[in-house]
Amino acid sequence: MATTAGDATVNQFTAALEELDVGWTLTTTDELPGELERFPEPIVGVPFPFEDVSLPESIPRAERSDGVKAASTGVTAATLGIVEYGSVVVESKPPETEPVSLYADTHVAVVRLEDIVDSMSDAFAELGPRLRETGGNAIIATGPSATADMGALVRGVHGPSDVHVVIVK
Amino acid sequence: MSRKSKRAKAAQIRETMAAEGASVRENTRGFNQGRYDTVADLENYEELKDEARRIKEDAIERLPELIDQLTETIEANGGTVYLAEDEADANEYIASLVESDETVVKSKSMTTEEIEVNEHLEAEGANVVETDLGEWVLQVADEAPSHLVAPAIHKSRESIAELFREQFDPDRPLDTPEDLTAFASEYLADAFENADVGMTGANFLTADSGSMMLVTSEGNARKTVTATDRHVAVAGVEKIVPSVEDLQPFVELIGRSGTGQDITAYISLLTPPVETATFGEDELEGSDDRDFHLVLIDNGRMAMREDEQLRETLYCIRCSACANTCANFQQVGGHEFGGETYTGGIAGGWETGVHGLDSSEEFVDLCTGCSRCVEACPVGIDIPWINTVVRDRINRGAEDHSYDFLVDGLTPDAEEGGMSLQKRFFGNFVTVAKLGSLFAPVSNRLASFGPNRWIAERLLGVDQRRDMPQFSRETLKKWASERDGPADPDREVVFMADTYTNYMHVERGKAAIRALEALNVDVEVADVTESGRAALSQGMVATATRHGERVADELLPHVEDGRDVVIVEPSDLAMLRDDYGRLLDAETYEQLSENSYEILEYVYGLLENGADADALRDGNGTEIAYHGHCQQRTLGLAAHTEAVLEELGYDLVTSDVECCGMAGSFGFKQQYYDVSMAVGEELREQFSTPEAEGRTIVASGTSCHDQLTDLMKQDVPHPIELVAP
Repeated sequence: MATTAGDATVNQFTAALEELDVGWTLTTTDELPGELERFPEPIVGVPFPFEDVSLPESIPRAERSDGVKAASTGVTAATLGIVEYGSVVVESKPPETEPVSLYADTHVAVVRLEDIVDSMSDAFAELGPRLRETGGNAIIATGPSATADMGALVRGVHGPSDVHVVIVK
Repeated sequence: MSRKSKRAKAAQIRETMAAEGASVRENTRGFNQGRYDTVADLENYEELKDEARRIKEDAIERLPELIDQLTETIEANGGTVYLAEDEADANEYIASLVESDETVVKSKSMTTEEIEVNEHLEAEGANVVETDLGEWVLQVADEAPSHLVAPAIHKSRESIAELFREQFDPDRPLDTPEDLTAFASEYLADAFENADVGMTGANFLTADSGSMMLVTSEGNARKTVTATDRHVAVAGVEKIVPSVEDLQPFVELIGRSGTGQDITAYISLLTPPVETATFGEDELEGSDDRDFHLVLIDNGRMAMREDEQLRETLYCIRCSACANTCANFQQVGGHEFGGETYTGGIAGGWETGVHGLDSSEEFVDLCTGCSRCVEACPVGIDIPWINTVVRDRINRGAEDHSYDFLVDGLTPDAEEGGMSLQKRFFGNFVTVAKLGSLFAPVSNRLASFGPNRWIAERLLGVDQRRDMPQFSRETLKKWASERDGPADPDREVVFMADTYTNYMHVERGKAAIRALEALNVDVEVADVTESGRAALSQGMVATATRHGERVADELLPHVEDGRDVVIVEPSDLAMLRDDYGRLLDAETYEQLSENSYEILEYVYGLLENGADADALRDGNGTEIAYHGHCQQRTLGLAAHTEAVLEELGYDLVTSDVECCGMAGSFGFKQQYYDVSMAVGEELREQFSTPEAEGRTIVASGTSCHDQLTDLMKQDVPHPIELVAP
């Protein structure tokens, strides 16, 4: 995979996130449960499609429809991070990922350091084969939901008003 | 357009500007500035534009094949594809997917506006709810979109608050943007809760994976798909690109070009039927029952593809850059500058293609051909040319010949049909100018004489509030013929004095020749004056071509003898540099294009190559305010004038408006006088700031001169008049 793991990548990616007013945390697999538990409750999560990083047992799974709609925090995996834009890519694997990342007030996206790529071109080099071979959805999400239709920029319209990216080393 | 309808049009535009102008102005300018700022951060902006253009050219070329490939891919995935020939066909199919009492939630889609699917479904008994906040406001207000991307751009916060008060009688005051947004999103959350069908458009479709790309900021398109298990996507056939990777340049360009954002909050890449879970009665449910229908709309597009002139329209990604950068659009918005569905400069192509010339005729003259949109367009569509072609077709189809005999003597044009007298008058202005000069100063008195102005307004729609140009008795050609050039010149040029410079603004021509001679250049003045710009701006393509051929006949022998072509007026230079590519054969165009120069571009080149700047007049810190010409800026030539002025020691401030608002004959026309003055007002404000006030104002264009003279009540010379000895 075209990655540039390392401090420089983290520094540039987190600088881009800060510009978007998106919070971030750099952590390890061991510390992940503690990092996620501190977000506002009710909190729901979706299992991650990774072999080496899992959704902590302490985070309730998204199962009930009303639970997902009422969640303050939704935790999902992000399968790519894009340094240039401060974007995360949220794929519909498993299928609960989309509603959980969309309906909660705060979306917490967990991305592995090695999945952070430099550019939009790099991201599409990954996404092209994935969409062709296995279909599915990929949302390139950059910052919170926003509108300017009511006379000024307002965050949180139909999607989360806050986004937090957790980078796992 | 008759006299009465010209007055009615003027009144209608005034009314729209009063009601909507302030909101449109503020928002489009914000978007336009955002575009300049965000593309400046993009290192490979030009390469991305070239790549986007290449992808679209290729996709439209291969469209039939891509439609087949996309259809096969989606059907193999379990979705259905319906290719709808026209609006009625599309609506009938869509209605067959929706039961009469069902609720349809929609995300924003101009293509569904084009086919008026909401009205159709509602007539069948369905409940349709727009979920993009701007679109929803318009649905509540029962108004049409006024902008491709921000449909309610014409509505202020106050007017939305007032609308909600009237329609919903809310139990809490809704004043701030936050209050209004919260109220709308709560209302729409209920709609999502009860929705049966989700309808979206598609910004792009990829033939290889059967995916669609949706560009949004609010998240409503995501919810539209997630909250329902029946998804109907409606898209024009031109939205198909070959592969997923082809999306990348568009992802990087679309937000920047449109609303001046690096990227919008959500770029959704969906491969239907999507895997996303949906909300069951109690639990989230899997995705097995999801139903997907793609409705591909032809509605004139395949015919546009076969139409050499309209084909480029299909490259449009509907980003709105052409509207935001347009000085006229900034004043009037899409309710004036737009047809049945589409808005802004590119609407001339879209409306002609999907709704016909009648829809375009209402607004296409608001495009003055200033060309600022061409460089703003992320796929480089020559929008002014498309609008010229549309005008030409309208001219040829026009049938009112009743007053033709009155203008025939003045208008020896090559046009067929009975186009408007106003267009024929302005399009053949060189003939008027010749006679005006011959009979000056009598002609000047006559032209300004009350009853004649009244006739000019009634018959030709020349607004009485404009000062008529003053003809000079001695033409530039005559003056120059009595001069002796330098004895041992370094270079030789042929100077093409445009119609205004030869017959009216003779001083700028004299200054140009004095400056060139001072730099040891021999100047010969060409016999031909009219480039065809005036005709082209009226959509008189055949007449413009005839002028172009004459220019080539006259200038090419000079070019072959080693002379460079020098021109004062940027809009005429733009003909040689750019528009002749459409009118003349390739070799002729290339020779003229490569060997022609704007006067200060040429002076800049001479100074760079060692000519002595002391031969020109020293600025000595003279404070000036400079307004470059729109087409000069598009050609990238304003910088040369600024560099020369600075090198000679002038203290310079520059305007940054897109256009002065006069734009050739536009500002003289009765129906557009108010728009022209509103555009000019921006320029007046910029030149009335403490920094600019009291400076000598200079401008490169004849139109800019006329407009600024009216606005600033002072003489506005061409920069060459300052620097010439």
